[in-house]
Amino acid sequence: MTTRIVEVRAGVLRKNDELARALRTRFEEAGVFVVNLVSSPGTGKTELLQRTLTELRESGQRAAALVGDLETDNDAQRLATSGVPVRQINTHGRCHLEAEMISQHLDSWDLASLDYLFIENVGNLVCPASYDLGEALRVALLSVTEGEDKPLKYPTIFNSADSAVITKVDLAEACEFDRERAIAAIRSVRPGMPVLEVSAKRGTGMAAWLADLEARRLAWRQGRPGGAST
Amino acid sequence: MHELDLARNIVELAVEAAERLGAAKVNVVHLKVGRLAGVDPGALHFAFDVATADTLLAGARLEVIDVPLVVWCAHCLTEVELPQVNHFYCPACGTAAGEIRQGRELEVASLEIET
Repeated sequence: MTTRIVEVRAGVLRKNDELARALRTRFEEAGVFVVNLVSSPGTGKTELLQRTLTELRESGQRAAALVGDLETDNDAQRLATSGVPVRQINTHGRCHLEAEMISQHLDSWDLASLDYLFIENVGNLVCPASYDLGEALRVALLSVTEGEDKPLKYPTIFNSADSAVITKVDLAEACEFDRERAIAAIRSVRPGMPVLEVSAKRGTGMAAWLADLEARRLAWRQGRPGGAST
Repeated sequence: MHELDLARNIVELAVEAAERLGAAKVNVVHLKVGRLAGVDPGALHFAFDVATADTLLAGARLEVIDVPLVVWCAHCLTEVELPQVNHFYCPACGTAAGEIRQGRELEVASLEIET
């Protein structure tokens, strides 16, 4: 018997990364802008998404959504009231969505007929950070009920996001929410990160959120391989 | 808590490499874990022992190599190590951190095998 040390240098998430790359290419070819929403449980991902899907549909945009939860299709049922195609992904104990779960739930959807595909991740501020889903945009949500320093406690996920949304701003006063502190915490983890503030319930900030999404979608269309064709 | 998933991935990668190298036994798995990888090494050690049972890696030890968080500073024109993972500003000049150069790693670096 001889003992030796051999180099391997293999990424632990290699498989997911490869699948995510393939998905990203597929989304780019289809021209569908994919948004991955991440937050703790109870931050209001479903509420924001329900209103977003409804308003997009009413303005003539074509959207669809995948929603991840450990169990139940309650969120898919809620989101389906928006009138757009919705599918539930049950992870059965897994704490995050993986690229493979996304590709398994795209069957028979004509991606080229969509402008937006939203992915509502499992409510969790740790694990979803590590799993690329092939999205073009990752949005981290923080609600006014959660505490302003949450980004400092969970830096990995806020650092991995492209923009942040502060939700439930209609409750800000009741929660004595310190807006400046929350924004400073987000930007400590990711300097210069765009921060939007919404109340999906009251409609506050929805127009700015939708305008930001659309601006990002159009910029992405310009930049993706194949260019600016509609 | 996705450490069990990760441990299974690590075992799969390590078994694949060990078989390719004709190893009879794996003593140690050296794993690079970046400070921003979002992984709890304690939970990973526990999960590793569970995931290695009844595999070529049974009895192997997991050695974590901590990788610091290193970013580019556009003002100092050099790579700098950030002492904290939640304060992305250059410790020398206070400029907002640029590109992350190190710290996201989650990689099976090497194996100690017996052949």
